[in-house]
Amino acid sequence: MIWKSLDDFIAMGGYGFYVWGSYLVTAIVIIAEILMLRARRRAVEKARQAQAVLIQR
Amino acid sequence: MKLNWFKYASPVTFYPLAGKLIPWFVLAAAILTVAGLYLSFFVAPTDFQQGESYRIIFIHVPAAWMSMFIYIVMAAWAAAGLAFNTRLSSMMASALAPTGAFFTFIALWTGALWGKPTWGAWWVWDARLTSELILLFLYVGFMALHAAIDDPRRADRASAVLALVGVVNVPIIYFSVKWWNTLHQGASVSMTMAPKMAATMLLGMLIMALACWMYSIAAALARVRCIILEREQQADWIANLAKEPT
Repeated sequence: MIWKSLDDFIAMGGYGFYVWGSYLVTAIVIIAEILMLRARRRAVEKARQAQAVLIQR
Repeated sequence: MKLNWFKYASPVTFYPLAGKLIPWFVLAAAILTVAGLYLSFFVAPTDFQQGESYRIIFIHVPAAWMSMFIYIVMAAWAAAGLAFNTRLSSMMASALAPTGAFFTFIALWTGALWGKPTWGAWWVWDARLTSELILLFLYVGFMALHAAIDDPRRADRASAVLALVGVVNVPIIYFSVKWWNTLHQGASVSMTMAPKMAATMLLGMLIMALACWMYSIAAALARVRCIILEREQQADWIANLAKEPT
């Protein structure tokens, strides 16, 4: 095992800020992209449903 | 069985296929990410020169690879759209651009956070860093140009030309560490030489790269499905689709 304790793991040998700063921002960017895709999908679905109602009339 | 490759060149047949494929790519991305992170943080040893700061490599290098590779794929789809006038090809190019831009941003961001403790600077105007920044501008320019033109087919053609001109930048990024004297270290992995790193480090990096691949494919497919629906709303097959849930 490389890490002696959780604190040791978080400290990353003194480079915690840089290592976790990298991984955290990557996670945020990917989650943001997934949310953007979901929002875009919902917007299209809404437009489609509105259109379907028009067609049925 | 004779495979008809052109069958899936049409949005009508590609749309449901993409929908079926997405969950598998998401699953693969999730499994590979967990395995890759485990290797990166619990198996790969501490670097004898850089200590723990080197662990940024496990996202920095895969993100940088993806940023260049997605650009080439995007430009290839754009070129196919230009050459064969197939609308799905151009839609694929548009679907890839945001994901490519995100990976370029991640490569630059993690690079800055790695540069500070190792070089003492967040940013230097070095050939590798500058050309990667230009790549980000190319992605943003591609999306901005596409969004600025109202007629989608004209937007496809104009942005395809931009994407193709920008391809020149990709080999510049890749070979920048050889062509110029740069602060950035040379390639850690190359086709011709044995990798300059421990086997577990390399494995962690490759698995993370595969995870990024699977994620990018899933994201691009999800986005292309949105683009198909947005752009083909008037088409009969979409109207038929509206009657049943997808």
